[in-house]
This record gives sequence, structure tokens and C-alpha cells, in this order.
Amino acid sequence: MDINLENILIRQDDFSLRANLILQKGTTAIIGPSGGGKSTLLLAIAGFISLESGKILFGERNLTNAAPAERPVTLLFQENNLFPHLTVFQNTALGVRTNLKLSKAEAEFVEDALIKVGLGGKSKRLPSELSGGQRQRVALARALLRDRPVLMLDEPFAALGPALRHEMLDLVAQIQQAQNATVLLVTHNPDDAMRVAENTVVVSDGVATPPVPTEALLENPPVTLASYLGK
Amino acid sequence: MANRAKQIDRFTQVSGLAALLFVALLALGPLVALGFKADTATGLTGADWAAVRFTILQAALSAILSVVLAIPVARALARRKFFGRGALVTLLGAPFILPVIVAVLGLLAIWGRSGLVSKLMMSVGADRISIYGLAGVLLAHVFFNLPLVTRLILQGWGRIPTEHFRLAAQLGMRPTDVFKQLEWPMLRSILPGAFLLVFLLCVTSFAVALALGGGPKATTIELAIYQALRFDFDLGKAALLGLVQFTICALVAFLSLRSVVQSNFGDGLATVVERWDVSAPLLKWQDGIVLTSVAVFLGAPLLAIVARGFPSLPNLPPSVLSAAVNSLTVALFSALLSVLLALTLAGLVDALRSNQNSLAKVVEGVGLLTLAVSPFVLGTGLFIIVRPVADPFALALPITALVNAAISLPFSLRAILPALTQNRKSYGRLGDSLGMAGWSRFRISVWPNIRRPLGFSTGLAAALSMGDLGIITLFAPPDVETLPLLMYRLMGAYRMDDAASVALILVVLTLFLFWVFDRGGRLGHKS
Repeated sequence: MDINLENILIRQDDFSLRANLILQKGTTAIIGPSGGGKSTLLLAIAGFISLESGKILFGERNLTNAAPAERPVTLLFQENNLFPHLTVFQNTALGVRTNLKLSKAEAEFVEDALIKVGLGGKSKRLPSELSGGQRQRVALARALLRDRPVLMLDEPFAALGPALRHEMLDLVAQIQQAQNATVLLVTHNPDDAMRVAENTVVVSDGVATPPVPTEALLENPPVTLASYLGK
Repeated sequence: MANRAKQIDRFTQVSGLAALLFVALLALGPLVALGFKADTATGLTGADWAAVRFTILQAALSAILSVVLAIPVARALARRKFFGRGALVTLLGAPFILPVIVAVLGLLAIWGRSGLVSKLMMSVGADRISIYGLAGVLLAHVFFNLPLVTRLILQGWGRIPTEHFRLAAQLGMRPTDVFKQLEWPMLRSILPGAFLLVFLLCVTSFAVALALGGGPKATTIELAIYQALRFDFDLGKAALLGLVQFTICALVAFLSLRSVVQSNFGDGLATVVERWDVSAPLLKWQDGIVLTSVAVFLGAPLLAIVARGFPSLPNLPPSVLSAAVNSLTVALFSALLSVLLALTLAGLVDALRSNQNSLAKVVEGVGLLTLAVSPFVLGTGLFIIVRPVADPFALALPITALVNAAISLPFSLRAILPALTQNRKSYGRLGDSLGMAGWSRFRISVWPNIRRPLGFSTGLAAALSMGDLGIITLFAPPDVETLPLLMYRLMGAYRMDDAASVALILVVLTLFLFWVFDRGGRLGHKS
């Protein structure tokens, strides 16, 4: 599913962000200096921040003013994706039914999803008994179950070491392929972008530029990106 | 290099130990005196048992009502942005520093026999209402504690991560699911502590019982102590009742310390949580009605005092001047003593925390002792101690200041200690590596980070002491008055308009004292 951001303007106090671009199926990285508006862009697409002007189209549907739950989107936050008092199983099951009353078949789907993200046998644990990477895996399992055409991740693996981060990125790539999804990945690490994203959007100085192929971009970065990358 | 055990510097050690000894003597000395004097031969009479039962009953009911009513108020405040929200949150903070007797006078103006509600009832042909007894005590306690609990719960709402509300919105959770998964777990962690705190405050709230209770059906233990001391002069009975009161308070205080209540009064109140599940018109109406009711319930008594007291300001009794001077002197002395004790104790606790944690807990426990020893129990014990050597009535003001300092010590300690520990954790190593020590370390590294809680605590201690109508009633001879006592005496003579104008002066002075210190702590403070 394509996401079409038509001349959008987001304004919050003295901060503003403009974008006029189309995000296509596949994985797109969003990169840029901190405080530049990367997270804000995702929050706007997910419906948590309303636009000052412009339109957001998912495919052909104009969902500029739709409530978060009505959008074909799952957003993973950097942290706090899980409720601390619910088990791994329950946290995942929220993706199927928010009142947690699951049929037998649905419960099996949940267990399947947990196995797919490598958490088989851990369904009775509490989030506090998991590592940071495992917690994000639970959130990914939930995203699998929700099966929305768009998956957005807001620096979800920033706190993990390189090996673990690569593992998680590969898991995201797998999910992207299996579900044929549109994935948006906010990251401050150019290696992450190189690893999984065909295209990259640069967000800085209040503007999100249209996506360009990642490799070309990083080889020959524009001035604003170059100073951020230290090149 | 070997990890040398950290030496506690000499000044922290000596000042901390001195404060520790002082507080321990002040809190435990009176208890020992009570133990020697208690009339265990006669034991508790039927009337005494009735007082014990009434004390527990009213405290339990007050706590339940305050907590249950506070939930919808906090909920509405947490999820609605509206004009005047800031003012309402400030109004919620007012009862905590409002002198009890002033609130009672205001409540009587609305709910009393000749109050607004009674007049309305009569105009439709119904009877006047009477709030003396259990109903009045509950009304006053809810007036004081509903706002306190609301603020505690509101902070809880503020601590729910934003991501969780966003997650709920994304998953399309219904309001009932949001309550079950987000709000109920938070409430479950806050409510028991809030309940116990209110219970404790209501067991020891003498002024409310004095003004609105009384008689065989509505006498609290403290009221019984007061009567035994001032009217029957039965020291043995007073001492015995004091021990009973101590036992109840100690038990509740112990339980409430275990369920940690955040005593951070300033944080998390300003943010409105952005929500996507509460736009239904019915919910909006519900929140609107709840918030309006609370604003009227809290605001009307205060407005009544202004309306009543203002016209009679010109013909105030001349004794108001000496009463004001007494009140201010007592409040300032007591606030400074309280904060000085808190600061030195906190310094010692914090220094011990880094290598002798169990000892640190003992010292902190001594600082919190006066939570369990109510002002009245302290006063009764001091009365017994002082009497053989001096006339306790001649020492009314110094003893009041001393006891008030001891009573606000736990609050000050709880505000200052976390700031001190936080400061050590953040900048302690930096200070060590730069070789900063002593006064310059305090001035440059510690002071800027603790002045806010310090200013707040000083203001709070001063305000609490300004409004005190407990100890002073035990000790004051007829010719010595503080503003609350003057008010109480005027009310006893049914000079309600004069009492209201004294109340105005008392409130203005109290708020001014609090403001000066609290503001002083924030001046030039960034962030």
C-alpha cells in the first residue's frame, strides 16, 4: 500500500514540519538529526498528531482525519510497547482482541506469532522478565497478528547492541516480505538503513524530502545529511 | 586502586547525630512520660471505648469517601483540557495548607444550621440540616482529603506512559478496556497508600473533632484527652488515652510507609494526557458535572468566608494584632527548626546510604517517628514532663512551635531526602573527582538542586504551624492567643462575622508565608 503525504504541514508550538512525498511498498528508512521531526512524522501518519494542512492518503483512501485505530497502521514505539502487568501472551493477544477474550483458534494464532518472532515457550512471562530485544519481539508478534499493511518503527532497536540489532532488523525484513507490507523505519544509524531499506527519507530543518535509493544517498549525501553523518 | 570506604565528613556526622538525638528525645520522651503516668489500674471506661470506636469509624469512612470520590475527579482532570483547569488544580492544593478552623467556619457557612443549604431547605418547606457529629466530621475530612487524594491519583495518571495511551488508541481499545488495562493497575498501586494516609490524617485531626464533634456520640480519642487534661485534670486518664492513640497511629503509619506514597506534590499535575477514547458526549457531560461539583464544593466555603469576613474587617477586636504576632513567630520558628532538622537528618541518611544502608533506614525511621506520634500525644507527654519543673501554660507558645516543627518534620524529610540522594547519584562522583568538599561543595553542587524542595518544605511547615489548633488549645492560658485560637474562641461566642474576618487575615498570612518560601526556592531556578 502506498502512503501519499500531500503537502502536509505539521505545527507544534514553534516547530513545524513539511512533507510532500509518496512512500511505496517495501522498506523506507527515515533518517536525520535528533529533534528534526522523524518521530513527529510517524505520529502524524499514525493519527496521533493532527495536520495543520494537507492530506494523508493510504492507497486511494483519504484518512487525514481518521482515528488512530481506523488507519491501516501499526506503530512500534522505542519503549513502553508492552503493559507491565500483562504476560507476553496477553500483550500479544491485544492485537486480536482488546478485551483479551480469545477463542481457542485465536489463542493458537497468538502462540504461532510468538514462535515466529522466536519467543516460543515464553508466553507466560512478564515483560520485566524479558530482555529489551525480547520485549520488542513481543511487540512485533502483535504487529504480525494485527496484519496491517503499514508497519512503522520509531527507533525500536536503538538500545540494543549491534549483533542483536541486526537480528531484529532481519526479523523486520522477514515480516515485510511475508506480509508484503509498507515498512517505515526511523533510525539514526546509516548502517540500519543500508541493511534493510531500499529507499530513505531525510528529515531535517523542518522538511522531509521525498525518498531516494539508500545506497546512492549515503554515497553522495546532500549537505544537511553530510554534516549529520560527519562526512 | 582499592575502593576506599567513603568517609562521612565531620560536619554531616556531628550535626546529623545532634538532630537525631533531638528528634528521638522529642518523639520518645513524651511516650515514656505517658507510660509512667498512665492510669492502668482503672483502664478504659465505656466512654473511652466509645471514643476509640468513633475515632476509627470516622477515619475509615472519611478515607473511603475521599478515595472513592477522588477517582472520578482525577480521571476528569487527567483527560480534559479546559479554561480554568490550572485554577482548579491550584484550588485542589489549597485545603492542604488551609488552616483547619478556617475551613470549618466556611463549611458551617454553607452546611451549618443557619448556612446556605439550610436556608434553601427552609425555603422549600423542609427542615434545617445539622452537621454536628459524624456527618460534619466526615464533611470536613472529605473537604480536606478529597483534593489531596485527587492530586495523588492525578500524578499516577501522569506517570502512565504516553505510549500506552497511543497503543490503546491504535488497538482501538474501548473505554472499559482502557480502564482495565491502563487505569486500574495504576489505581491499584496508589489507592491503598492514599487510603492509609487519609486514615492517619483523620485519626489525628483534632481541630475538626473539636469544632464539629463532641458529645458522647462523636468524641474522638484526642478530644477525650483534651477533656481529661483541661476539664477533669485527670493526667492518668489522658496518658492512657495517649498511649492508645499512639498505638493506632503507629500501626497505620507503619502500614502506610510500606505502601509507598509519592510525596512529591508538584509534579505531573500540569500535563493533560492526550486521549482518543473519551470523545463521547456522555463522557464529556459526566466529566463536566464532576468537575463543576468539586469546584463548587471546595470553592463555596472559601467564598463564604470572604463574603462574611470582609464587611467586619474594620471592627476587628484589638487582640487580633498580638494573636497575629504570636502566630507568625510560632510559624517561622517552627518552620526553620523543622527544615533545619530535616536537612541535617537527610544529610546523615544520605551519607549513610552509600555504604551502610540499614543504618540509614534506622535514622530515616527516627525522622518519620512523628508520623506515628500525633501532635496531641506529644503535647500530652510534654505537659507531663514540663509540669514538675515549670508552668506548662506559661510555655504555651514555645511548646507549640516545638511540637509543630516535629510534626512537619516527616513531610520535610520526605521532600528533601530524595533530592539530596538524586544529587549525590548524579553529581557525587563529579564532585569527588574535582575534590570539592565542605561548604563549597554544598554551595555549588548541592544547594541549587535542593532549594526547591527546601523552599516548598519551609513554606509547608510554616503554613501548617500557622493553622495549628491542637497543641495550642492544650496549653494556652486565657490571655495567650494565636489566630486560630482567637477564631475558635470567637466562634464559641457565636461572633461568626468577627471570626470570619480573623479567618481572612489568617488565610492571607498563611498563604503569604507559604508563597514567600516556596517562591524563594524557585527564584532564578531554570527548567
